[in-house]
Amino acid sequence: MKQEYQLLVIGAGPAGMAAAQIAARHGVEVALVDEQPQPGGQIYRNVDSGPLADVSMLGKDYVFGKPLVQAFRHSGLEYHAGASVWYLDKNLQVGILKDGESYQLGAQRIIVATGAQERPMPIPGWQLPGVMTAGAGQILLKSAALAPEDGVVLAGSGPLMLLIAWQYLQAGVRIRALLDTTPRGNLLKALRHLPRAFAASDYLFKGLRLVTAIRHARTPCYKAVSELRAGGDERLQWVEFKAAGKSHRIDTQLLMLHQGVIPDLHIAQAASCETDWSEAQQCWRPRIDDWGETSQSGVFVSGDGAGISGARAADLNGQIAGLRVARQLGFIDEASCNRLAQPVRRAQQRHLAIRPFLDAYYRVADSFLAPPDDTMVCRCEEISAGDIRAVIELGCIGPNQAKAFTRCGMGPCQGRFCGSTVEQIFARERGLSMRDICGYSARPPLKPITLGQLAKTKNVEET
Amino acid sequence: MFRRLTSSSPELLAIELDGEPVSVPGGISVAAAMLYLDASPTRQTPVSGSPRAPFCMMGACFECLMEIDGNPDQRACQVEVTAGMRIKRQNEADHCEQVW
Repeated sequence: MKQEYQLLVIGAGPAGMAAAQIAARHGVEVALVDEQPQPGGQIYRNVDSGPLADVSMLGKDYVFGKPLVQAFRHSGLEYHAGASVWYLDKNLQVGILKDGESYQLGAQRIIVATGAQERPMPIPGWQLPGVMTAGAGQILLKSAALAPEDGVVLAGSGPLMLLIAWQYLQAGVRIRALLDTTPRGNLLKALRHLPRAFAASDYLFKGLRLVTAIRHARTPCYKAVSELRAGGDERLQWVEFKAAGKSHRIDTQLLMLHQGVIPDLHIAQAASCETDWSEAQQCWRPRIDDWGETSQSGVFVSGDGAGISGARAADLNGQIAGLRVARQLGFIDEASCNRLAQPVRRAQQRHLAIRPFLDAYYRVADSFLAPPDDTMVCRCEEISAGDIRAVIELGCIGPNQAKAFTRCGMGPCQGRFCGSTVEQIFARERGLSMRDICGYSARPPLKPITLGQLAKTKNVEET
Repeated sequence: MFRRLTSSSPELLAIELDGEPVSVPGGISVAAAMLYLDASPTRQTPVSGSPRAPFCMMGACFECLMEIDGNPDQRACQVEVTAGMRIKRQNEADHCEQVW
C-alpha cells in the first residue's frame, strides 16, 4: 500500500466500484479497499464467484451485477480485498487492517461507500440460535449455496422480504409462513406517492410479480402482524404473533427477520461527518451536498450509505462522487464535470422516484422501533428495553449516558444493532424529536484489531 | 437446518470442531459451515452464558465469534474454512470468571 492516495474508496459495492472506475478514467490515482474477499458488496455478493450452480434463482436484479463486477475486476484498479478500515479521522488519515497487518496512510479525498446494514428488528427472543436476518439468509444462498432444509418462517416488511421469499421458493424451500408486519394504515398514507412512483413503474411491476408468485405458491401469509415473539429452550422452537385480532403460534427452528435497511454510518461518523434524521426513511443520513460531499471537507459518502436508494441508484451516485473528486483534484474542469454528471443525475431521478412510495408503504410500526420491556435491545451486553426505560426514569438523558449507566452499546458490535432502538426509546420516553437525541459516538477502532497489530502499524511513509 | 444446493464446488474439507473431526463444504465461511453442521449454539455470552449463533452473516453483529486456529474472538462469518482448521466454541462467561 502507498503512503498517500489521491482518492481512497471504501467499499466495493456498486457505488464504490463505479466511483473508483470513473475517477481513474479521468486520471485520478485511486485505491479501493473492501472488507469482503470478493467485490460486489452485499447486493452483488459472489455474483461471479460463488458456489451456486444456478444463480438465476436469485433473480434478474442480482444477475445484473455480474458484468459490473467483472468490469471492475478487469479495470486494473488498485484493489485491496479483505481490508478493514479501523480508523478514519477528519484529516483523512486512514488505518487499514489487511492480512493481520495494520497500515496508516493518507488520502486527498475519501469516498465512503460502505452501504447499508439491516435495520435492527428487536423482538422478544431474537437472540436465540435459529433467529437470523433475511440478509443472512441471502448471504448463505449467495456465498455458501445453503438453504433452509426444514422450512423457515419469514417475518417483517419491505422489498427484500418479498425478494428472499421468492428466491427461497425458486430454491424449493418450504416457507412455513410469511408474517408481514407492514401496518394496516400504511397503504393509504403511501398512495399520494404513487403517481411519482409510476416514473419507476418497473419497480412497481417487479414488486407485484413477487407478491403474485408468493401467493401462487400458497405460502401462508399473515398481514399487519404485531406482538411478534420468538421462544424456545436454548434455541428457537416457536414464534407467536397477533394478526386480525387472533393469536397464533407456529413451530419453527428457523426465523428470518427483516424490516428494511439503514445507512451504515460508522465510518462517516468517525470522521466527524454531520448527520440528519430522515423522518421519511426513519434513519440517520450524512449531511451531503449534490455530489455527496459531507460536512467534512474531502469526505464523500456514496450509495446506500448516503440514504437508501437501491443498487441501481448507488452505481449512478458513485459516478457523481467520482466525477466531483476528479474535478476537485484538477483532472477535469467545472463545465466538463457538470456536463458529464447531467445524464447520470437524470438516470438517477428515475430510480429515486420509487422511494417516497416505498418509504411510506413500508414504514415500520412504533412497537418494533421501540419494543416492549422484555425485549433484549443490546444483544452484546444483554440489556433490555425495560432496563433502558428504568434508567431514563432515573434521569439518564441520552444513549451515550446510557452506556455509563448500563453498558448498553459498549459491546463488540459498537452499537450497530442497538443504537437505533435506544435512540427511539429515549425520544419517546423523554418526549423529544429524534433531532434532539445525540446517538452513540463512533470511536476507533472501528473494526477489531489486536494491541499487537496496532503497535506494529506501518506508517507507510517510513518504509 | 441448512442443506447444500447444487454447487459448482461440491468438495468437502476435513476440519475440527471442539476437537472432533467433521466435514464441511470448501469455499464457505466458518459461520456458514457451522450452520451446515447444525452446530448451534456456537458461543455462550460473557454476561449470562446464554447460547448464541450467527445472526447477520455480514460482520456487523459479532454474534458468530469463535476461536479459529488458536485465535480467539474471530468473526466466523469473515473467515473462510481451510482444510485442517481447528475451530472451537467460546464459553465467554467462563472465560470472564477465569480472568477475575
